[in-house]
Amino acid sequence: MEGSLNMVGYGLAAIGPGVGIGLIFAAYINGVARQPEAQGRLQTIAILGFALAEALAIIGIALAFVL
Amino acid sequence: MSLTGTTVIRAEGFVPPGPADFDLPPVGPDRTFEMFGQSFYLGATKPMLQVVLAAVLVFAFFYVATRQRSMVPGRLQYVAETGYGFVRNSMGRDIIGSRDFMRYVPYLFALFFFVLVNNLMATIPFIQFPTFSRSGMVYGLALLSWLIYNIAGIRRHGLGGYLRLQSLPSGVTGPILLLIVPLEFMSNILVRPVTLALRLFANMFAGHLLLILFALGGEYLLVHGSTLVKPVGVLAWLLFIAIAFLEILIQFLQAYVFVLLNAMYISGAVADEH
Repeated sequence: MEGSLNMVGYGLAAIGPGVGIGLIFAAYINGVARQPEAQGRLQTIAILGFALAEALAIIGIALAFVL
Repeated sequence: MSLTGTTVIRAEGFVPPGPADFDLPPVGPDRTFEMFGQSFYLGATKPMLQVVLAAVLVFAFFYVATRQRSMVPGRLQYVAETGYGFVRNSMGRDIIGSRDFMRYVPYLFALFFFVLVNNLMATIPFIQFPTFSRSGMVYGLALLSWLIYNIAGIRRHGLGGYLRLQSLPSGVTGPILLLIVPLEFMSNILVRPVTLALRLFANMFAGHLLLILFALGGEYLLVHGSTLVKPVGVLAWLLFIAIAFLEILIQFLQAYVFVLLNAMYISGAVADEH
């Protein structure tokens, strides 16, 4: 079997952002369930948080290919 | 000869797709020239043509849709107005604020539909290549965004005031400033365009790579696998279809996030000092 250890490392590195994105959307769903009229405001914040957490996974994939 | 050919293929086995799959040959002349110590194609490449095509498509659609405007919008005008209202209200007004969002709406509006069409090209039949899976394409967009939010901030606050706004969080005093100021400057001025570009690029790149992997892997299992493995190839192709639909969602979401972050950067740059 052949392959790059980088990809295993990237898989491990993606755990963190994965958990983070899960937490963000869990909080978003909780918020909308408690107060449905706040959905519009919460959506922007949730997607922003998602983008910021995802940036870590993206830096990971860039490094996995570069290193 | 053919026998050795087949044995070579057998011995190689499955070749997983990699970044090299994104190096498409040029459309025009195949010659290269040397500049800055690198070799460049003389002809255009596929993503270059796609950028132009996307710009023409976006312009043509909104030109045709709004050419004959009426108070009661027709079908085409309704679609164009909904798209415009979406960008103006949810990204412009809600983020930048009602005082000076109209100055930046044209840029956000053009940017959103340009990025969206370019992303959707990963799904459109016969094109099927996301433009922004080549990082150079995204760096240009990020550079433009970087210039716009910095110039907007400098025009509002002056150079010194803008730098203070971006690198000095309000309410921080004492020796911690030695740590905070360089960090905030790095984060707000230097790293922002890089993460902005890398986010879009890596999403498009990884999504397309995933699709190639499932298509090629399914084909390999079906053609070269033993009888027991062949159903797994069918499963891989079913998953390929499911992931293709997920990719459409991601393509829209990334265009949205890209423009949303642009709006947030502009909003932070033109905000009043606390």
